[in-house]
Amino acid sequence: MRSIVIAGVLAAPLLSAMAAEPELRPGPGREQVQANCGACHTLAYIPMNSPFLNEAQWTAEVNKMVGVFHAPVPREDIPAIIAYLTAQYGPR
Amino acid sequence: MRRREILAGATLLVAARPALAQFDPRLPAGTREIARMGALPGKRQLIELTDRPPNFETPLDAFRTPITPNDRFFVRYHLALIPEMDELRDWRVAIGGPGAERSVTLSLADLQRIAAPVTVTAVCQCSGNRRGLFQPHVPGVEWGIGAMGNARWTGVRLRDVLARAGVKSDTIEVAFDGADGPIVPETPDFVKSIPVARAMHPDTLLAWEMNGQPLPHFNGFPLRVVVPGWTATYWMKHVNRIELRTAPEENFWMKAAYRVPRGLFPTDMDFPTQMTQANEPITQIMVNSLVTNLQDGARVPAGGFDIEGIAWDGGHGIRSVEVSTDRGETWQRARLGQDLGVYAFRPWTMRVQSGRAGPVQAMVRATSNAGQVQAARLVPNPAGYHHNVIQTLEVIAS
Repeated sequence: MRSIVIAGVLAAPLLSAMAAEPELRPGPGREQVQANCGACHTLAYIPMNSPFLNEAQWTAEVNKMVGVFHAPVPREDIPAIIAYLTAQYGPR
Repeated sequence: MRRREILAGATLLVAARPALAQFDPRLPAGTREIARMGALPGKRQLIELTDRPPNFETPLDAFRTPITPNDRFFVRYHLALIPEMDELRDWRVAIGGPGAERSVTLSLADLQRIAAPVTVTAVCQCSGNRRGLFQPHVPGVEWGIGAMGNARWTGVRLRDVLARAGVKSDTIEVAFDGADGPIVPETPDFVKSIPVARAMHPDTLLAWEMNGQPLPHFNGFPLRVVVPGWTATYWMKHVNRIELRTAPEENFWMKAAYRVPRGLFPTDMDFPTQMTQANEPITQIMVNSLVTNLQDGARVPAGGFDIEGIAWDGGHGIRSVEVSTDRGETWQRARLGQDLGVYAFRPWTMRVQSGRAGPVQAMVRATSNAGQVQAARLVPNPAGYHHNVIQTLEVIAS
C-alpha cells in the first residue's frame, strides 16, 4: 500500500490549482525536502517553525515524521533533509 | 479535499507570499512570513497558517462579540484528507466496543429522535492556542490568540446516545474517531478518548448545530463531540465511530501528544487511566482573558478611553476581570457583561482615564469562580499548551 501511495504522489498529474506552496530558501537538500515533506503537508510548516529549531530539534521533527507518522522518506535522504532544515531554517 | 487533490498538492506549485506586517510581532519571524489572510469554502477571511491540512485562525475583531460567528470560527486539522460535503451527508455513527452491551449504528435522524435537543454555550479552544507566543518558541502550529471561539452547540447528550449501546460497568474510556484521515495509511489516525465520567457528564454532547445552523464543513459537519470546559482536542469533528473501552486508548494522539507535565495545571477531573509518572493528558481550559477593541500601539484619547474584552475558563465561570495601569501595583475591577453560561466568553469593559499624553500600559487579569487567576509568568511545557499569561496592552494616549 505504501508503495502505491508513493507512486501516486510521484505520478499525480496537476489536477487543479491547489493553493500555492511557499518558496523555500535555495540550498543543498531543498529538492529532498520538497519531494518528501511536501507529500503529506504544506511546506509552510517549515518556515512557520523558524528560526528557532536547532539541529537536534529538526532531527527530532524528522524522526517523528518518519518513525511515528511513517512518512515514506528514503533513508538516504534523511541526512540531507536535516542539514537543509538546520542550515536554512535553524536559529539565526 | 479528496485524496487525488491532496496528492496534486505535492506537485509543488511555488509562489512567493507577500509578507504582512499585521501579525503579532511576538510570533516566530517565519510564522509572520507565511501567515496570510485566506478563506476556506464557507468561511470569511481568516488568518491562514497552513492550507494542507487547513489551520486557520480567527482574527481579533471577530471576538468583539461574545458569540463567534460560524464563518469566522477557527479551523484546525492534523491530517490532510478531509471528506467533501457530499461524502458527509449520508451520515452514520457506529457505537460499540468491549464496553458496550451491543453495537448500534445511528443516523443523524436517529440521534435527533433520542431526546429533545440540548444547547450548551461553550468555548472551543485549541490546546495550543497562543503557542506562537511562547518564549522560547516551541515547535507546532504557531497560533496567535485566535485558535478559539465561543458558540451555542446544539445536539444530544452523549450519555443518552451511549445508553442505546448500553455501557458496561467496566468501561473506563470513550474513544472517538472522525472521518478525516492521513495521506499515508500508516500514519496514526486521529482518535481521542475521554474518561467515562466525562462522557457521562450531562454537558458533553454530540452536536449537529452551531449557533443555530448546521455545523460548517470545516468545524465538523455533520456531527462533532462537544466537551465543554475541555480543550478542543477532544471535540472530534465528523465523528463516525465511538468506542466504549475497557482498556486505555494507546495511540500516538493519546499516549504521546497532548500531554502536560503531571500536576502542573489544575483540573477538576483527572484522567486516571492515561496518567504516567511524568505526565498526563491536557484536560481543562485555564482561566484567560483577551482585550478585543485595542491592539498594542493604538492611539487613544488621553481624556479617557474604554478597554473591552472577553474572559473565560474551564467551566466555573468568571468571578472578576481586573485592570492595572500601574504595572500591577493596584487593580480596578472591570464591569462584567452578559453571562452566557459558565463555559462561555464573558464580555467585560473598563474605562481608563490616563489624564496625560504618552504611553499607557494596561494589564488585564481574570479570576474564575474557582479562584483560579491568570498566570503572571508563562508556565513552560514542552508542547506549548495553556498560555494564559496576563496580557499587557501598550497604547498611546494623546
